Amino acid sequence: MAKELWKGNEAIAEAAIRAGCDCFFGYPITPQSEVPEYMSLHMPEHGKVFVQSESEVAAINMVYGAAGSGMRAMTSSSSPGISLKQEGITYLAGAELPAVIVNCMRGGPGLGTIQPGQGDYYQATRGGGNGDYRTVVLAPSNIQEAVDFTQEAFDIADQYRNPVMVVCDGLIGQMMEPIEWRELPKRNLAPKDWATTGKHGRDHTNVVNSLFIDPNECDVHNDHLAAKYAEMEKNEVRWDEHNCEDAEVIITAYGTPARIALTAIEQLREEGVKAGLFRPITLWPFPEKALHDLAAKPQVKAFVDVEMSSTGQMIDDVRLAVEGQKPISYLGHAGGVMPTVEEMVEAAKKALKEVK
Amino acid sequence: MQVPLKVLAPQIEKAKLVLITGHYGSGKTEFSVNLALRAAECPQKLALADLDIVNPYFRSRERKEQLDARGIRLIASSQACTDADVPSLPADVFALFQDPDLYGIVDVGGDPDGARVLARFQPQIMATPHEMLCVVNANRPETRDADRAVSYLRAIEATCGVPMTGLVNNTHLCGETTVEEILKGARLVREVSERTGLPVVCHVVVRALCGEEMLAGLPLFPIDIYMKKPWE
Repeated sequence: MAKELWKGNEAIAEAAIRAGCDCFFGYPITPQSEVPEYMSLHMPEHGKVFVQSESEVAAINMVYGAAGSGMRAMTSSSSPGISLKQEGITYLAGAELPAVIVNCMRGGPGLGTIQPGQGDYYQATRGGGNGDYRTVVLAPSNIQEAVDFTQEAFDIADQYRNPVMVVCDGLIGQMMEPIEWRELPKRNLAPKDWATTGKHGRDHTNVVNSLFIDPNECDVHNDHLAAKYAEMEKNEVRWDEHNCEDAEVIITAYGTPARIALTAIEQLREEGVKAGLFRPITLWPFPEKALHDLAAKPQVKAFVDVEMSSTGQMIDDVRLAVEGQKPISYLGHAGGVMPTVEEMVEAAKKALKEVK
Repeated sequence: MQVPLKVLAPQIEKAKLVLITGHYGSGKTEFSVNLALRAAECPQKLALADLDIVNPYFRSRERKEQLDARGIRLIASSQACTDADVPSLPADVFALFQDPDLYGIVDVGGDPDGARVLARFQPQIMATPHEMLCVVNANRPETRDADRAVSYLRAIEATCGVPMTGLVNNTHLCGETTVEEILKGARLVREVSERTGLPVVCHVVVRALCGEEMLAGLPLFPIDIYMKKPWE
């Protein structure tokens, strides 16, 4: 099919419609407002539900209700709005409800800035709400991936009966890029016989719930969830390696910084520096083993982690994976300032110089 | 006396203002910035007004340094609002109407929503010699055929009360643009032109493709890419 020029946010919305999203609940916030805007225009054309809720908290609880009745439900927001949704996300995880949540990240903390950010890594990968839970977190680094991952997110959510997050920084939401609409392989999904859609001749009523008064029951429930998360870790981990075969210095980055890193690597290679990129595609499950194995290669001398965050967040997962085998340095900016090609080139050279 | 805005097309001799409108993502900002830099080759007073209240990123005000260097006055919201999504307009927009020597290029936000800002200045615009251009990109799904493109065009006119005077084909696929893409857009704007009676003012083409034989005979407006992504 011919390529079309789409803006990231509207492409994400269209992808959700094509994936069979039945209900969208959202509230405007920059830089993701084009998602609800597009949904408000096009969901009714497909006979689907769009509701602009009174707040982000309301939106995520509407998702809970719709998902509980077996609908494919979605919400989207940007960082401060995603913070407001955390209670709903932990309830979704606790009640084992599938849902897709898109975070078009901006700078923080607090209201921060409307410019792109990646400071929500901890929140997305550690479960920003209470309790032991995980969500699969997909991190596209271009609009084609944003489209493909959004569609697949619905299947992953249904397969595990668990919320799935798609996190992109504001730049991916706001920029324009050519994309292709393609048929993605569908997963073989079990019928939603747990949904609260009426008794339908069964001898029991389905109940959607995350409350377990009996501590032993709650323990059993948590063990069941933990087993499910272990399955996700086994099946869903994804990453991309670029020029890593002979690389001496490896940049770890996701989203837009990974995109910038590709140009930096090209420049470094032109200067004779063997540089590569390791890009986690799922932030959770993190590609821990793949990165560990890469770090073990003798030619790999150093890592440079690059994020749109002042303190670095993914760097913790990089450290856990590398396990001290090789040094890791950090380059980061927050508040909408993006790491530049030049900065990455300098950081990579410096990291190599320090080990040589 | 040279006429700065004539650089766009020979027929645009009398315009003091060129208003750039269209569906969002059609490439209005890239076109506006290029037009301003080209028009600055004539030694007249020139301003680029960034009235985009729709997009939070990729706005012509981000090119302030390049515009300053060429003596082009940037009319945009105050610095405090540069990185905000506050729908505020700068007071010096009025300079476009009050300064008789100032030529202006106005980069308007996408869609009828973005064009709404023009409604406030409708009487002044109508009293000033102007061109109101609709930028069309055939690769944008919402304007991929003549029906949709005309409906966007009419909706923009209805919102701001300023009738269109011309069409600009800006069909591209970012770095993947081919001559075939541009010709596809040329066919689309021709159809829009036949339906509306509006002339096709120019076809926007990256400089590298301007020499292509298949584009010979078309009124081309060569551009360089200024609105780059951080990895470009």
